[in-house]
Amino acid sequence: MTFPISGVHINPIYLIAVGFVVGILGGFFGVGGSFLAGPALFVAGVPMNFVVGTDLAHIVGKSIVAARKHRTLGNIDIKLGLIMVAGTIAGVEAGAQAIQALKRTAHMDSVVGLSFVVILLGVSGFMTWESVKTLRGQRRARAAGRHSSRRDHSAVAFIARAVHRINLPPHIRLPVSGIARASLWAILLVAFIGGFFSGFLGGGAGYIRMPCLVYLLGIPTHIAVGTDLFEIIISASYGTITHAFKGNVDILIALVMHTGAAIGAQIGATLTQYFGGPRIRLAFIPLPLLGAALMIYGLVTGHPTK
Amino acid sequence: MRRDVENSLRSFFVELVVYAALVAGYYFLVLHFLGTWLEQLFRNERRVYAFVALALILGQGLVLEVLTRLLLTWIKPHTEDG
Repeated sequence: MTFPISGVHINPIYLIAVGFVVGILGGFFGVGGSFLAGPALFVAGVPMNFVVGTDLAHIVGKSIVAARKHRTLGNIDIKLGLIMVAGTIAGVEAGAQAIQALKRTAHMDSVVGLSFVVILLGVSGFMTWESVKTLRGQRRARAAGRHSSRRDHSAVAFIARAVHRINLPPHIRLPVSGIARASLWAILLVAFIGGFFSGFLGGGAGYIRMPCLVYLLGIPTHIAVGTDLFEIIISASYGTITHAFKGNVDILIALVMHTGAAIGAQIGATLTQYFGGPRIRLAFIPLPLLGAALMIYGLVTGHPTK
Repeated sequence: MRRDVENSLRSFFVELVVYAALVAGYYFLVLHFLGTWLEQLFRNERRVYAFVALALILGQGLVLEVLTRLLLTWIKPHTEDG
């Protein structure tokens, strides 16, 4: 099938299959999946500028499907999601400005690529250590007969408790996430960090935002996944519009990919019911590693992978 | 437990078949006719194209979410035994 907007010829079954796989990951982990969809589109012959914009457009549709499913499961904190949008958009702009500044130097690709690899390996390493420690702690507690399976445990919950103690008004309550008091600025800062990496490294940056929500703000993993998806709808819509203005979106490719992603996202979101928070975090770990491997391949061979 | 898994898998495969048929029809009827119009918009009216593109993906997101949910609701009772 020829897609007239970008002028590329791609088998729609391939696009549906890519959308399906990325949809499952998105529904289960609350990530956009651009680290997989981007290289998959590029390999199929889509020009790089269309890869970035089209991937964002497809993320919008997929996130709607997954977020609605998570909403029925009670996994979305809408108040938190709406607050985060402001910080995310400011962060995306700051990240894009950082890219513009780097464009003036000769080392943009290597700086961005190496940052991407270091961040992904760091996230993956930290989550491996934390999830294994939490699961071991749970096993010990279960053996001692004092384990509550309903709570979302974390071995580094002290970080979130320290963030909650930041005394910088205004403070807000997030009853859906079980947070009695947190500084608005702390939430905006976490959203800004996610947005910055989205603007700087491309994609939705769910691989940064989801762990930040869990470890820095103490949001239960299921709610972090659902809220991240809700927030991605708004920030990716903003990204789609700005990229479409610049001629970087082939909406026909995005619509075809999304038909596969819609069913994958439903499956992924449904699967979260059967896993506890630490197990979801443990299963999340290979994703940043895969993204890092793709980027290292791109840097070594000189082929951009995102 | 095993019966639950079998029922879930059966529901999923039936949903996949029905969904694939609907999506195939969607391509040939809708995307085929929209293609030329969207290309013209992309070349000549970039700002309009941007908002139409967002509206299309948002609309498709909502429609497919409702479709997959309805399919699951409709198929599940028909594939469960016992």
